[in-house]
Amino acid sequence: MTGLVLVGGWLVVALLAPLLAPFDPLVSLTPLAAPGAHAPDGRIFWLGTDLLGRDILSRVIYGARPVVGLSLLATGTAYLVGVASGLAAGYFRGWVDTVLSFAAGVVLSFPVLVLYIVVIVALGASYANVVLAVTFGSAPAIFRIVRAIALDVAGRDYVAASVAQGEPAHRILVQDILPNAAPPLLVDFCLRIGYSAITIGALGFLGLGLPPPTPDWGGMVSEGRAMALAFPHLVIFPCLAISSLVVGLSLLADGLNEGGRHA
Amino acid sequence: MRDLAIFLGRRLGGLALTMLAVSFLVFLTLEFNVEGVAVKVLGQFSTPDQRHAWLAENGYLDPFLLRYLRWLAGFVTGHWGTSTYYHEDIARLIAPRLGASAILAGAALLVMVPLSLILGVAAGAREGSLLDRSISLIAIVTTSIPEFASAVFLSAVFVIGLGWLPGVSTMAGGFNLRELVLPVSVLVLASTGYIARMTRSSMAEVMNQPYVRTARLKGASPARIILRHALRNALITPVTVIMLQIPWILSGVIVVEVFFAYRGFGTLLYQASLNADVYLVESCAMVSVLVVVVTQMLADLIYVRLDPRLAAATGRKP
Repeated sequence: MTGLVLVGGWLVVALLAPLLAPFDPLVSLTPLAAPGAHAPDGRIFWLGTDLLGRDILSRVIYGARPVVGLSLLATGTAYLVGVASGLAAGYFRGWVDTVLSFAAGVVLSFPVLVLYIVVIVALGASYANVVLAVTFGSAPAIFRIVRAIALDVAGRDYVAASVAQGEPAHRILVQDILPNAAPPLLVDFCLRIGYSAITIGALGFLGLGLPPPTPDWGGMVSEGRAMALAFPHLVIFPCLAISSLVVGLSLLADGLNEGGRHA
Repeated sequence: MRDLAIFLGRRLGGLALTMLAVSFLVFLTLEFNVEGVAVKVLGQFSTPDQRHAWLAENGYLDPFLLRYLRWLAGFVTGHWGTSTYYHEDIARLIAPRLGASAILAGAALLVMVPLSLILGVAAGAREGSLLDRSISLIAIVTTSIPEFASAVFLSAVFVIGLGWLPGVSTMAGGFNLRELVLPVSVLVLASTGYIARMTRSSMAEVMNQPYVRTARLKGASPARIILRHALRNALITPVTVIMLQIPWILSGVIVVEVFFAYRGFGTLLYQASLNADVYLVESCAMVSVLVVVVTQMLADLIYVRLDPRLAAATGRKP
């Protein structure tokens, strides 16, 4: 329940950012104002301003957009790739399975951040490349989950019956096998969006994510780090933001897991 | 014994094949576009003529496969090239940094492993209890906080707030244990929860097995049940889970090292990425993957050794 509230909250924030943010996240006003201080025009900097005078609350609100949006998009594409290849490997087996499993193993042997660094050094930092890198990182694990389920289900009687009836392979995959994969995948989906968010945040922190001046939680921590000793508000709020989002996703996933088991 | 040798041989073969595929992927990604390499090595302001001359001089006008094989041969023999940022031989650059990161990761594992196993066993032994639910909740929350965020929170409390610990870990004045505390704590926080939860499910599953029920019916005390019957079987999965966490720990190490300015492998890769140091990135990527692949193979071997049901695979008597 808490998970749903947290995640739902951030979704709303991301969608309605222009309506919720008190200031323009890119406009510089009073540098390094403390939380609660007043802007020149009388409005309040609820969370203070950063090094360049930009309102932190607004940047945190707008920062939800790339994190939520890209995590969703990247996890979605990872699922497309992972589910398609997993179904194929589990159902057709043989050399299809061998090749795909080997490919998944190769990609999985990269520590996630190392994989991202290689992709981003080679192709540069942009929204598309971040999505590409995150997709690469998640797809093999999804592939393995789906493949295991497909292997298991493919041996069942109703699948044999469909084959005997002459159903085409893609119909069997979608109608007989996929529905069995849905419950564990739903839980995994929530968790994986969380992992993607963590990684996108880490990339931003390392300065390899989205180019400035886009508000990006990881990037905000990276920029504010030098002055954090004297101005902790620069880094604490983006960290609270990303932590609450991922905690929400994890709690949601856990809740779905529990619910699935009791059902 | 012969079966074990065959098993090992097959695993090592798989390892070599994977490394080969990885090396091809890494080289393909970073050096297929020769123009890009020239720009990264010579800088943005180099002229097309300069780049072309450099490419010709360094064998970049040769076909891709030839360049790949040349690089691979060099890599296998320890000739990893020169870093364009540090202007040093890469192999000699990586070695001490790798050692420093090993110390960091090792210290983290030293704390993480016993802590997570104890928490997991305690939670799983009494499934559904308050202890179990509290541990599970704490585990979920801690694994959800990104390393850089927990680094910020811990620093806020212990560096800014209480002033007990140093904010950076450059080890400028020689090795200093105090400077290791925060980086290790962040790494421990990040992974302990996950391992604890895996241990917990494994333990809970074992506690529900018939042989444990038999022991309870025979009148064995809870401690004896746990220690003598349940633990040995419950710990098989967590051991492999720990080894399989290594890739995640490596990723976390990069972030933690950068945050605390610790001169390890992570900061090396980070500097390489910021400065488009292609050769250093290639070598670091290869080394990282090698570490992961070797630990995965070790995990396989340990798993097979620990689980008596798999003794047949290695021809060992259970």
